[in-house]
Amino acid sequence: MGEFKVHRVRFFDYMPSAIRAMAFNSRTERLAVARADGAVEIFNFSDNYYQEKVIPGRDGRAVEALCWVGQRLFSAGLNGEITEYDLENLKPQYVIEAYGGPIWTISCNNQGTHLAVSCEDGTVKLFEILKEKIQFQRNLDRQKSRIISLSWHPSGAQIAAGMMDMIRIFDTETGRATHRLLVERGVGASKSREVVVWSIAFLSNNTIVSGDSAGKVQIWDGLMGTLVRTHLVTKWDVLALAVSQDESSLIAGTSEGTIVQFQFLSSTVDRQDRDHEWVRTRTFKNHSHDVKALALTDTAVVSGGMDTQLVVHPLLDKVEKNTQEAAQRKIAFPHRSLVGCAKKAGLLLFQFPDHLELWRLGESDGNDHICCSALSPCGGWLVYSTVSSVRLYKLQHNNNISVNKVRPQQRIIQLRSVHQLCFSADSSKLFASSSQSSVVVVALNQLECKYLQTLRHKSGHSCPTAVAIHPTTNNLISVHADQQIFEFSLQQKEYTEWSRKLQKQGLHGLWLKRDTPVTSVGFNPKNPTHIILNDTFMFCIIDQSLPLPESSTILYNQMTLRSLPAPERTRQSHAFKICKNFQHVLSMSLLDDLSLVVVERPLLDVMAQLPPPVRQKKFAT
Amino acid sequence: MVEHGDIRVVHRGGSKIDFRQPVITNDSRFLLCASGECVKVFSTSTEECIHDLQGHTDLVTGVLLRPSNHLQVYSCSIDGTVRLWDFTDGILIKTYVIGCPVYSIYASANHEGVIFIVVPMLGDKRSELFQLVAVHLPQSGDQLVESRELSAVLSNVSSNPADIAFGRGGEYIASAKGLQLKVFFFKKQKSYEFSLKEDNKKGGLNTFTCVACHPKDDCIATGHGDGKIRLWRNFNHKKEYTYSTLHWHHNAVSSLCFTPEGTNLLSGGVESVLVQWRYNQESQRDFLPRLGAAITHIAVSPDGALFCTSHSDNKITIIQSCVKVSAVIQGLVKGESVQTDLIVDPRSKALVLNGKPGHLQFYSLQRDKLLYNLDIVQQEYIHELGLEQFEVVKAAFDASGTWLATVEERKQKSAELEVNLKLWAFDEQTQSFVLNTTISAPHEARITAMCFRQATDSQTTMLVSTSKDGHFKAWQLATPAHTEDEGPSWSCDFVGTYHGLVPECCCFSADSSLLAVSFQEVVTVWSPTSWELLTTLSQPPGAIRDLCFGRLSCSKYLLGTTAKNLLCCWNLLTCSLEWSTSMDISLLLADPLSENMAAFCCQAGCTDLFVFKPSEPRPLFSHKAVCSGTVTRAVFAPREKMLDSCEENSQWLNRSQLHFLTQYMDLMTFTTKAEDDRLMASSKQLVIDDSVAMTPFYLLLGKHRHQQQENQDPMSSLSAERTPLPQSSVAIKELLQTPAHVLPSTSFLCSMFVQSLLISVTDLSGCRENNKKAEEEMESEKEEEDSEQEMESSIVRSEQAAVSVQSAECAAPALTKAQVRELRRLKKLDHSWLAGLLDS
Repeated sequence: MGEFKVHRVRFFDYMPSAIRAMAFNSRTERLAVARADGAVEIFNFSDNYYQEKVIPGRDGRAVEALCWVGQRLFSAGLNGEITEYDLENLKPQYVIEAYGGPIWTISCNNQGTHLAVSCEDGTVKLFEILKEKIQFQRNLDRQKSRIISLSWHPSGAQIAAGMMDMIRIFDTETGRATHRLLVERGVGASKSREVVVWSIAFLSNNTIVSGDSAGKVQIWDGLMGTLVRTHLVTKWDVLALAVSQDESSLIAGTSEGTIVQFQFLSSTVDRQDRDHEWVRTRTFKNHSHDVKALALTDTAVVSGGMDTQLVVHPLLDKVEKNTQEAAQRKIAFPHRSLVGCAKKAGLLLFQFPDHLELWRLGESDGNDHICCSALSPCGGWLVYSTVSSVRLYKLQHNNNISVNKVRPQQRIIQLRSVHQLCFSADSSKLFASSSQSSVVVVALNQLECKYLQTLRHKSGHSCPTAVAIHPTTNNLISVHADQQIFEFSLQQKEYTEWSRKLQKQGLHGLWLKRDTPVTSVGFNPKNPTHIILNDTFMFCIIDQSLPLPESSTILYNQMTLRSLPAPERTRQSHAFKICKNFQHVLSMSLLDDLSLVVVERPLLDVMAQLPPPVRQKKFAT
Repeated sequence: MVEHGDIRVVHRGGSKIDFRQPVITNDSRFLLCASGECVKVFSTSTEECIHDLQGHTDLVTGVLLRPSNHLQVYSCSIDGTVRLWDFTDGILIKTYVIGCPVYSIYASANHEGVIFIVVPMLGDKRSELFQLVAVHLPQSGDQLVESRELSAVLSNVSSNPADIAFGRGGEYIASAKGLQLKVFFFKKQKSYEFSLKEDNKKGGLNTFTCVACHPKDDCIATGHGDGKIRLWRNFNHKKEYTYSTLHWHHNAVSSLCFTPEGTNLLSGGVESVLVQWRYNQESQRDFLPRLGAAITHIAVSPDGALFCTSHSDNKITIIQSCVKVSAVIQGLVKGESVQTDLIVDPRSKALVLNGKPGHLQFYSLQRDKLLYNLDIVQQEYIHELGLEQFEVVKAAFDASGTWLATVEERKQKSAELEVNLKLWAFDEQTQSFVLNTTISAPHEARITAMCFRQATDSQTTMLVSTSKDGHFKAWQLATPAHTEDEGPSWSCDFVGTYHGLVPECCCFSADSSLLAVSFQEVVTVWSPTSWELLTTLSQPPGAIRDLCFGRLSCSKYLLGTTAKNLLCCWNLLTCSLEWSTSMDISLLLADPLSENMAAFCCQAGCTDLFVFKPSEPRPLFSHKAVCSGTVTRAVFAPREKMLDSCEENSQWLNRSQLHFLTQYMDLMTFTTKAEDDRLMASSKQLVIDDSVAMTPFYLLLGKHRHQQQENQDPMSSLSAERTPLPQSSVAIKELLQTPAHVLPSTSFLCSMFVQSLLISVTDLSGCRENNKKAEEEMESEKEEEDSEQEMESSIVRSEQAAVSVQSAECAAPALTKAQVRELRRLKKLDHSWLAGLLDS
C-alpha cells in the first residue's frame, strides 16, 4: 500500500444546518428534507439513500414545511410564501405570497387537488393545484390564534387544525369549524403557558392524534369531538408526528431527541377485528436534540432535527434481518465534496453555503447559496456553481492572490444543476457531472474554455457520486451511489477491460454494504495503477494490477497482512487496500509529493457547536 | 423425620416464608405460604399463624388456590407429591403422587381437572433441565391417588415459578428462560418464541427474570436483569410482535404481578420499593418505598384490595391499596447466610443471630417470634446488588448478659479488609444494648473466634479474640486514668502469639481460670491472670476445628475436634490424652448447664447427633440422620422450667434444649414425648368459633369462657329451668363445624337435626343411644383426624349428655328442687357408668 505523509486538516469548521421539515413520497421513494438555511435536499431511498439533489437555500427563506403533490414539491415558510421547486434545474420554480403572515405548515389532500396552508393570522387557506401553478381558492373560518398544524382527513372532506390550546375541525365544503377540542395545558409552572399543538394527524377512522408542547400525545374521536386517551410522552414538547400508510403505526418526535412509537393493536390476539387501541410500544433514541421532522416509511423511521443528522432507523419487524435495509443509517455530511484541493500548488478550498474559503477567496454574489466548487490542480482555476450559474475564476497567486472572473462560454451558462465539478490533472479540462446521469467535459485554454462532449451513462439507474480523469491514461473513473465503480476510456469511448472484469466478477459484499457514498476519486502520481477513493469512514487504494477480491476473501485485511510473512502476504493481498484510520473525512487528496491531505470534521466538534439540549434527568446524576 | 425412642426432631419455626409466592384467599382473610416442609396459613389481619398444613416430607415448592374451589389449595413439593388441602380447617383432602420432584405448580379455570407442574426432564432428579407438564388429576375417592400420567407442554423451562404464567383465562401460557420467551397457545397448539440479544450497547442484561400476563388483554409483562420491564403484544406473530419498555428499577426485576382487573402492574426488586404502573398509562406510577429488604415475590388478593410482598429477610408485608402497610409477618430473619454463631442472650433467653443486614436479631424461641433487631453497623444499608457492605460476622455475650461484643467486617474487592470490634453494655433503663466502645481494626486480619471470660464473681470482665494475623488479644474494661464524665471503656490488655501460627479457636474453662487457644494442630493453655503459657496439647495430624471445656464435674476435661476426623479429650490434670475417637465432627458444643456435650457428625450427606459426657465412654443419646447436610450452627438454650424426665436418653434435655440450623436454614430442635403430650394437652382447647380469627387474645378469651362453662355446670342445677340453647346442640355443632366435604348426606343430618330439637320424653338412655350411634358414624368418617380431634369429640360427648339431662328436666316440671338435685345426681352417676361401658 505504501506510506504517505499525512496532513490532517481539522480547521474546516463546516457546520451542517439543522433539519426543519421532511416529506416522503412513497411512490417515487424520494425524501425531501428542508434545512434551517433554506436548502432542500432530496434523498433517493431506492438508490442507497443517496443525496440525489440539493437545492441551495437563500438568505431569508426559511422553509417551515414541505409537501409532495405527486412529483411536485411545495414548501412554505415563515416569510409567508409558498414555493414550488423545479426539480430538474434544482431551483425554485415560482413563489406565491399567501397574504396571511408567516405560514406554519402546508398540507395536501389525498386526492392531490388542494393545498391547505395555515397562517399566523388564524386562517387556513385553500389553494387549488393547477397544472403549472396553484391558485388561491378560499379561506376557512378565521380563528383567533395562529394555526400551527394541519391534517386532512383522507376523504378530503375535513381538516383538523392544531392551534394554541385547542384543535379545530373544519368542513372543507362549507369552511365552517365543526368541532372544537380543548387541549389541556401542562401541570405546575407551565399551567399558565399556552399549549401549542405542534403536530396533528387525521386518520381515516376519524381518529385525530395530536402532539403538543405539554409533552402529550392525545387520541381524539373526531366524530364526537371527545378525548379518548392521553399518553404523556415527555416532560418537554412533542414536536412532530408521522403515521404509516396503513395507519397501524404512529411515531412522535420529542424535544428530548426520542421518538416514541405507537401501534394500533387489538387487546386480544385472536379477535383481530375489534378492540383496537393505540398502545405505546417502542422508543428510539437517535438524536441529542429536538426531533423536528419525521417520516414513517414502510420499513423505517426517518427522523431529523436540531442535531443536523438524518437518521434512518429500520423497523426490525418490517425488514429481513441482516440485509442492507436492516442497518441503521445516520447521514451526517452531504454526499458531495465541499473541499477542493490544488494538488500541485497545495491549496485547499472550503465551500460554505454563503462563501468559499481559500483564505476566504470569494463571496458568492446575490443571495443564492453555493452548490458545488472545484479548484484545478495547478491552482490556477477555480470554479463554483450556484442555482443560477456556474462561475469560473482564474487565480494568480504569487504572494497575494488575485481573482479574475472568466466570461464563460454559452454552453457552460446552460449548465445549471451541476453536482460535481473537477479538473483534469493537467488543468486543461473541466468535467461536470449533472443530475441527468451525464458527464459534461469542458476544455479550458489559458484564457478561454470550450465545450467538448457529453457522455451519457449507459446504466443510468444510479447517480455518480464521484468522478475523476486519470492523468496519464485519460480514463474516467466514476463511482456511483450503489457503490459500483466504472472505468471509461475516453480514447476508445468504451469501458476498459478492468471495468468489465470488475462488473463481471462483482464487488465484494462488504464493499457494497458500506453506507456512505464515495465522495472523491484520486490517483497516485507515482503509480498509475493506483486509484484512491474515500468516503466518510475509510480511504481505499485500488491496485488495478492485483487480482480482485473473491466474495470469500477478507476485504479488510490490511492488519492481518502486516503480520504475515512476505510470500504469504503477496498471495493474500487483493486489489482493494482499505484504511480506516480516519473518521468523518470530508475530503482526501494525494499530492504530487505523495503526501496525503485529509480534511476531517469530527462529529463531536459539530455537536459542540450545537446549542445545549433540553435538560434531562439521567440515572445516578 | 426419624422417630427415635421418644425424642423427636421438630421444626422450631424459622423456616423460609419468602421462598415462594404467597397466596391470598378469596375473602382476603388468610395468607398461605410455603414454609419449609409445610404450608402456613396466616391471618392477614392479625399476622398470626393459624394452621400449619403438614404432610409433605420435603421442601414445599408451590402453593396455589384450586380454581374450581376457592376453599381448597394445592401444594407441591420436592417429595414428588401434590396435595390438596382444606385450609380453613387444616385438613389434607387428597395426595396425588407424581413420582418426581415438583418445582412449581400452575392451574387455570380454563383447564378443569388439570394442573401444570414443572418437573425435571426425563425424570432425572439431578437434571438441570426442566419441563412443564400437564397432569390430569384422576377423579377418585381415595385419599392417596397415583397420577403419573404426565403430558409435556413445554420443554426446557426455568424451574423458577416466576418464569411461567398463564395468560388471559388460560388461553396461553408464557414461559421465559435465559434470553428466550415462549408463548404456547392451547387452542391452536402452537408456540411462538421470541429471543433477545445477550445485552444491549449500554451493558444492560437482557435475561428474563420473571413473567406476568395481563388478565384481560393479551399482554405479557417480562422483567429483565437490567431492571427493564417489557410489555409484549401481538405475540401471535413471528415477526410483527412488538414490545414497549418500562425502566425504573436499576437492578433485576424479581417479581411482576398484574392486579385482578389488569388496571395496574406491580413490580419489585432489590431496591425494596414496590412500584405500581398504570396499565396503558405507564408514565404514571406510584411507589411504596422503604419496605426494608429486597422484594422477592408480589401477590395480589383476588379482589385486588390487598397486595403482599415477600422480602429476602424472610418477611411478608401486607399492603392495603398500595399505600399502607397493614401487617408484617416476620419469620426468623435470614440474610444471605448466617455468619454469627447461634447464641442465647442470657437475659432475655432469646436466640441471637444475624438479622437484617448489619443487625443482630433477637428471636424468642418460646414464642417463635422476632423480638427486635439491634443495629450493629449503624450505617445506612444501600439496596443494590454487588455492593460490599459492613456485615456482622461474630457476636458474643458475657455470662450475665451485660456485655455484648460484635465484630463487623467489610471486604471490598480492591480495598483492605475493614474490621470493627464493638462492645455494647446493657442499659437497664432502656432495656437494650448501648454502644460502649468501638475498636476499629482490632486485628490486622479477620477475627476467627471470640469469647468472654465467663467468671461471674470476678470484677474484671475480659474478652479474648483470635485472628488470622497470628495474634490473640485480651481486651479489658478499664476506667480512664483521668476521670472525666466518660464511663469505663475497653482496651487491649495482652497480645499473645505462639510460634507465628494462626489461632483458630479460643475457650475459657468453666471457672475462667484457664484459657485454651488452638494454633492449628496445637492447643495452648494459658492462665488469664498472669498470661503464662501453662501447657501445650497436640494430637496431630489435623488442625483443631472446635475446642470445648467440660463443665461441672467434667471441668478437668478439654475436648477438641480436628479436621482429620478426630475427637480428642484431654485431661488437664495429667495434661495427657484421656481418650480419642475417630469421627468427622462438624460441630462440638457444650451445654452450659450440665456436663453434656453435643457433637454433630457429618456422614454420607446426613448429620448424626451424639450427646455424651466427657467422663463416660458411652454416649447418653445418639440420633442418626437428624437432617440432611452438615450442621454448622447449634446452641443449647436453657429451659424456662426444668423438665423432670428420668428416662435415661431424654435426661439430657432436662435443663436445656438443643437448637440447630440445617443447611436450608431451618431452625430445628429436639422434643421429648412428655413435652409433646403436654403440648397436645394444651392445644386440645383450640376449638375455634369459625367467625373469629384465632389470635392469642381469642385463645385467652376462649379459655376463660371455657372455664365459665365448666363453672356453670354445678350452678345450673341450682338456677332452675334453663332451656338449652339450640347452638349448644351437638347436631348443630356437628352441622356447622364439620367441613362440608366430610359431612354425611343431608338427609341423614336432617333427621338427626330434627331429633335434636325434639324434647325427649321417652327412655333417656335410648335417646342417648341414638345420638351416640350417629356420633360414632360421624367419627368413623373423620378418621383421618388426629388424636387432638378425638379428645375434642370426647368433650363434646359429655356436653351432649348434659344437654339430654337438661331436656329431661323440662318434661317433668312437678319435682321440687331437692328432688331434682337428687335425680340429677342419680342420672349423672348412671350416665358416667353407661358412658364408660359404651366407650370400652
